[in-house]
Amino acid sequence: MIYWQLFLAFFRIGIFGYGGGPTMVPLFYAECVQKYKWVSEEDFTDNLALANALPGPIATKLAAFIGYRVKGWSGALVANCAVVLPIVLVMIALLQVIYQWKDAPGVYGMVQAIQPVIAVMTGVLTWEFLQKGWQGAGNKSGVALMLVLSLVALLFLDLHPGIVVGIALAGSFAYSTWVLRKRKTPGGKEGAA
Amino acid sequence: MIYLQLFWAFFISNILGYGGGPPSIPLIQNEVVDHYHWMTMKEFGEVLAVANALPSPIATKLAGYVGYQVAGVPGAAVALLATIAPTAVAMILLLNFLNVFRNAPQVKAMTQSVRPIVTVLLGTMTYEFFLGAVEGIGWMQTGILAIASFLLLEKWKLNPALVIALSMGYGFFFIG
Repeated sequence: MIYWQLFLAFFRIGIFGYGGGPTMVPLFYAECVQKYKWVSEEDFTDNLALANALPGPIATKLAAFIGYRVKGWSGALVANCAVVLPIVLVMIALLQVIYQWKDAPGVYGMVQAIQPVIAVMTGVLTWEFLQKGWQGAGNKSGVALMLVLSLVALLFLDLHPGIVVGIALAGSFAYSTWVLRKRKTPGGKEGAA
Repeated sequence: MIYLQLFWAFFISNILGYGGGPPSIPLIQNEVVDHYHWMTMKEFGEVLAVANALPSPIATKLAGYVGYQVAGVPGAAVALLATIAPTAVAMILLLNFLNVFRNAPQVKAMTQSVRPIVTVLLGTMTYEFFLGAVEGIGWMQTGILAIASFLLLEKWKLNPALVIALSMGYGFFFIG
């Protein structure tokens, strides 16, 4: 019974969660805090912060957290399956159908016509990241420098993007920890950043 | 062997995709297209378009489909496991250690540091998708579809699924 409720709630979150991660958070809140009261508002907010601090998709981490609160590890498993699997099945079926008919007249054009649209979608995403990176930064020249460095590392040195991201994550973690320590010690400059 | 490759590709793309779905897209593309050659860039674009047209997180849709394409149902299971399990388990193990993470400046700094890199990666993908489109259907059709879909998506805020369906309709009548 409780598994069925878990499945239904997370199934709904999965199929109505348009636009991925961040847009799904209000759905999690509506189902799990307001409707079923599986977690308190405070518990939800606190662990949303934790989910944001960890890498990977946000929806699967929230499903793990709430499923676990309701029914332990098996609850986490059911919640994740419900949020992910139905759409994966639809996706596989849809692409199979498209590729099955690939050589049929008209279908070739249908598939070709997707390319410019996905280019636009990726372009818009690029612009959003540029904006977020720019506006979120305390230090604008730092962002500009990072952009140039990433361009050189990725396009000219052809470094593996994973390595570049890994270095940036480790570097920014170390740097912000260092800044924090310095501010906390009584001798350090107060509010320097 | 193939399962290990699938696991590694999706594990690394998601663990480094800091800040949710979009940052992991170019990392997945790098593994799937450039490194393991499981798909061409054009195929990856088609898959990404269909994924964008459907709800739920983008990373799991890509993992499920690519895994299935490469090694059937077990492949999909492995790719999904690599995408979900590591961070889900970490999440559960760290529950209630929240005070460490609340408003941690490290989280903001890490999210911020990844953004310029993701910008460059996504920009490169955009360029390659445009190039592929022009090679496939020429400047004229690419231009029409790009401008129309941009207006529909950004100006009139149409649902992406609808825009993709409309573009396919256009392709059926005017390109096919």
